[in-house]
Amino acid sequence: MLCAGMTGDAANRCTGSMLYLIEQLLNGIQLGMLLFLLAAGLTLIFGIMDLVNLAHGSLYMIGAYFAATFAEWTGSFVLGAIFALAATAAVGMALEVIAIRRLYGRDHLDHVLGTFGLLLFFNELVRLIWGPAGLTLSLPSEMLNAVQILPGLYYPLYRLVIIGVTLAVALALYILVMRTRLGMLIRAGASNREMVGALGVNIKLLYTLVFGLGAALAGFAGLMQAPILTVQIGMGENILIAAFVVVTIGGIGSIRGAFIAALLVGLVDTVGRTFVPDLLHVFLSESASSSLGRALSSMMIYMVMALVLIVRPEGLFPATGK
Amino acid sequence: MTGPGGIFAARVITPRVAVNAAVLVGLALVPVYAGLAGDPFLLTLITRVIILALAALSLNLIMGFGGMVSFGHAAYLGIGGYAVGILAKEGIGSGFVQWPVAVAASALYALVVGALSLRTRGVYFIMITLAFAQMIYYVAIGLDRYGGDDGLTIRTPSQFGGLIDLNNKMLFYYLCFALLLAAIYLVWRIVNSRFGMVIRGARSNERRMRAIGFPTFRYKLVCFVIAGAMCGLAGALLANHTSFISPAMMHWTRSGDLIVMAVLGGMHAMFGPLIGALVFLLLEEGLSHVTDYPDLILGPLLLLVAIYVHGGIDALLFGARRG
Repeated sequence: MLCAGMTGDAANRCTGSMLYLIEQLLNGIQLGMLLFLLAAGLTLIFGIMDLVNLAHGSLYMIGAYFAATFAEWTGSFVLGAIFALAATAAVGMALEVIAIRRLYGRDHLDHVLGTFGLLLFFNELVRLIWGPAGLTLSLPSEMLNAVQILPGLYYPLYRLVIIGVTLAVALALYILVMRTRLGMLIRAGASNREMVGALGVNIKLLYTLVFGLGAALAGFAGLMQAPILTVQIGMGENILIAAFVVVTIGGIGSIRGAFIAALLVGLVDTVGRTFVPDLLHVFLSESASSSLGRALSSMMIYMVMALVLIVRPEGLFPATGK
Repeated sequence: MTGPGGIFAARVITPRVAVNAAVLVGLALVPVYAGLAGDPFLLTLITRVIILALAALSLNLIMGFGGMVSFGHAAYLGIGGYAVGILAKEGIGSGFVQWPVAVAASALYALVVGALSLRTRGVYFIMITLAFAQMIYYVAIGLDRYGGDDGLTIRTPSQFGGLIDLNNKMLFYYLCFALLLAAIYLVWRIVNSRFGMVIRGARSNERRMRAIGFPTFRYKLVCFVIAGAMCGLAGALLANHTSFISPAMMHWTRSGDLIVMAVLGGMHAMFGPLIGALVFLLLEEGLSHVTDYPDLILGPLLLLVAIYVHGGIDALLFGARRG
């Protein structure tokens, strides 16, 4: 590769930093895929029901709590994950029927008020059921290993599994939306909901299904992330904002946009966090560069978003037909 | 006594005016009551209500009257607060310096954010204002010298050369109250001026306003900056009230709180943000005394308001108003 021409110590150091870079890129892709799961649901709900859903992060949190609980009951990570997925989708659909559908067609501010209320409610409900302390979800032992993906580069198997599984979900979602009758109705609903309703489609049911799908995707993101992070109250709040950034950069309503924006945001965030402090260290002292670097790297995804919106006020891939 | 068509028929004292006046009189008497009842906590709580009402009022100027839904309004609270905190830490204790700097810094930030954000519409505007607020939030976390993540305690409140002593809680309360009243008057004047008509016109049909020949972007930007400056002042007050600043005052959920206050009170009403702040914060406080899980009640209550009440508490009490 790039280090081919070098010899001895220089070559070793060069290979080392190349491997480090690859590892960070993989971390970025993994974060991006996770963001995609959240953003796909958000963008569908945005695009089709024109709903700003601040409670989407709560479904992510609930998915993680369900997974931790069910995994403990069944003693199996996979079984726990499957039950959690179904349960989160059920919670999402119930939520849509009870509350969310009454907000369709209303002002975005009513959405903010209502779903902000739901966010408070779910945080408190989780505290009531599971208590204020966080939970942990441990992985099956075979997932804990690191695998060698390049000579000298070991990478945690579970993170590779996350990337693989989410890619599969993204592909399935693409097929669902672009190649099936349900997907056709979803796309039609996004571009002209009155017309779809007038053609005799049960639009209420369609909306409930879409919301359930979004909830399942959010819950899936939560349960996949649960073994890496602590499962705790409010875990959905910061990642919700990152998912909003993805949706906005990608263009509201566009799944393809969400996918590309998710990868972009994941990579920018991870690579920024890794390299910005080092880069600043060239000019600044150790402590100054670490604190400034921390701040600057956390800001990077928002800077990207602001830049994108300044150049393209409707995101990278504005959904057509609106 | 005054029968039907009594004082209310005069059209000057409508029920809305009566309730607003009662709220103002009540607020004016809070320090007296708190002093008599020996309840300093009540004074602290209502001071907070008044400061956040000022912030919600400034948000409502752009959101309720201008249709610009800013989801990053807590950033101005932070900028105003950090202006006071940073200057205090660097040995500049004079409020005559701190407060104008707080207002000017917020106005400048609003100018930049507004100039960049007002090109976008609808949900994109909500999201880009949120993004800028997140940036400021992380800037504050990166300020190691001023406490970083943990925040900074402000040891002495802003000094006004012996003119006003902010350590006197009652005096501070009346100062905040007076500033809130002045701000309500200012917003009322703005909204009913020619400038305000352009802003309201741009909310209902921007294309038409531009076709008539109004450069709506410039009008909206000026309005955005006024709101930012006003909220920066609220931030300076808040820093003096809590004697503490931290990035948490700019967390996006704080911006959400401000939106909730403005929408809850009634966005098209001049006193809506004050009533919204009062009800929201008192409800939060009251529920936390009744139950260990206050948000279990508060959350669904907000949802019910969003679903069933168009126009917030104002509309609930007095019926929907035109425009």
